[in-house]
Amino acid sequence: MNLKRIDYKQLKNFSKHYRTKLLKISQNVPAIHVGGSFSCFDILNIIFNVFYRRNKTNFLLSKGHTAIAQYIVLNHKKIIKDKELDLYCKKSGKLGVHPEITTKGILASTGSLGHGLSIAGGISLRENNKLTFVVMSDGELMEGSVWEAVLMISSLKINNIVVIVDYNGLQSSTFSNDTHKTLYPIDKKFKAFGWDSIECDGHNLKNIFTSIKKKKKNRPLAIIAKTIKGYPVTFMMNKPIWHYRSPNENELKIAVKEINEK
Amino acid sequence: MRNKFSEVLSRLATKNKKIYIVVADISPAGKMETFQKKFKNRYFNVGVAEQGMVGLAAGLAIKGAIPFIYTIAPFVLYRPFEMVRDDLCYQNLPVTIVGMGSGTIYSSLGGTHMTQEDVSVCRSLPNLRVLCPSDPYELEECIKFCSKNKKGPIYLRIGKSGEKNLGDDLSDIWKYGKIRKIFQQKYKAKKKICILGYGPILKLALDIKSKFKLNFSLYSSHTIKPFDTSNMKKIFNKYDKIITLEDHSEIGGLASIVNELAFKYEFSGKIKNFSLKDKFINSYEKQSDLLDLHGISLKKLYKEIKNA
Repeated sequence: MNLKRIDYKQLKNFSKHYRTKLLKISQNVPAIHVGGSFSCFDILNIIFNVFYRRNKTNFLLSKGHTAIAQYIVLNHKKIIKDKELDLYCKKSGKLGVHPEITTKGILASTGSLGHGLSIAGGISLRENNKLTFVVMSDGELMEGSVWEAVLMISSLKINNIVVIVDYNGLQSSTFSNDTHKTLYPIDKKFKAFGWDSIECDGHNLKNIFTSIKKKKKNRPLAIIAKTIKGYPVTFMMNKPIWHYRSPNENELKIAVKEINEK
Repeated sequence: MRNKFSEVLSRLATKNKKIYIVVADISPAGKMETFQKKFKNRYFNVGVAEQGMVGLAAGLAIKGAIPFIYTIAPFVLYRPFEMVRDDLCYQNLPVTIVGMGSGTIYSSLGGTHMTQEDVSVCRSLPNLRVLCPSDPYELEECIKFCSKNKKGPIYLRIGKSGEKNLGDDLSDIWKYGKIRKIFQQKYKAKKKICILGYGPILKLALDIKSKFKLNFSLYSSHTIKPFDTSNMKKIFNKYDKIITLEDHSEIGGLASIVNELAFKYEFSGKIKNFSLKDKFINSYEKQSDLLDLHGISLKKLYKEIKNA
């Protein structure tokens, strides 16, 4: 991919479109994760609009609770149809809060945290001609199974994996730093386990792109993407309540305005 | 059985390139060296990391492989239980979960190394089928079946070492999902008695026959899920007394299945269940000592047939 050919202005508009679309969907459904979707939209934007090629890449969302973000991007890529997305969390629909293996474009049924990375390891072993992207959350890294997988992947020399940690610093209940001070710095832990690891700004599209480009052939790469839960809506950012809450009519207007002015 | 497992799987993997094996630090006694040497790219030892083992196998299966995961029974099933449930059962992937040294076989190692409730746990998981071969012949047939399986996980509950085949030329052949007759009670019997069971513990029944020359039939219910209800009905119609025998808890295993079906089909004869008690009990020298504490012994089984 030639760096000069990427239209960042267009990509930025895609991110605005994704976030606006999610808020509109949030208005008449029983469950949706706004905060964590907003923190990873820019990451998904770069993966799917710049790197994703069906015969060259695999993608797995390990932080399955933000599957709506992936559905919206897959819908934009015409992999999930409009009428399917319209039925998100509806009686006659097939898309629920967490991704299902039976959905087109979804590789695994995640949702319980700490499963995706091991599964991605198996996928990457079987398809070692492809690059597998895995998006995880930093809260997810509290799961012991994640570190089994991190150790296992480097030990088995499964090098065709790029993990992007959506480092928004929040778990469901509170700031991750409140419960797990020693989880940080994350990149050093990956490095100690035999991975390459770099930090980046998870809302800077160019920065995400250049970080992924740093992937070396002989090592798995973990990108610790600093993000903000609820970004870029002022009243949502870094507020734990927006992990699972949907905006009311008035909040929706303000949020859409802020997203599109950013 | 572990030797048989290794030998058969290595043989099948020569032709079937989709067969993978992922082990979690199974010791050299696990006999996987042949497979490891022959198929370097399809053998993975993930070390002491059972959750990783299950996830890795799930990923391989998502991309069309037929993986086997293999270690001592409690570690292949209980330690990574949520991975077994979510990654394999919920996603309905063709992964065979091989639990070696199941039941009370590792009695000397204590309760952490036993699986007295694995069949019960597995039966309640949607999509998961449960195969419990009773001898090396049945194990070989099970592995052949599992290596052709394209949909859904299987729990393959196996023994350890030293098991001998139970049957002879007159025994039924192994068929998936079918109760297998090992030997038949002689025609002229006052009371029609059979033992129905699964797993290496069936050797007890064979010992009773050869030692005391008692007259009864022996059936292996190697496929626990799906259970062979139609042949079970025939057994209800044929026998006056049915003895179930399993190296497994009285809750949720063969005893539960047979008792439920007996009620459903109004069986009028007698049933005696030889199962493990719902208790953690230890006895470290011989497995037979522990089984005795659970109420299972050659003597007790003998009495049950003799006094039928």
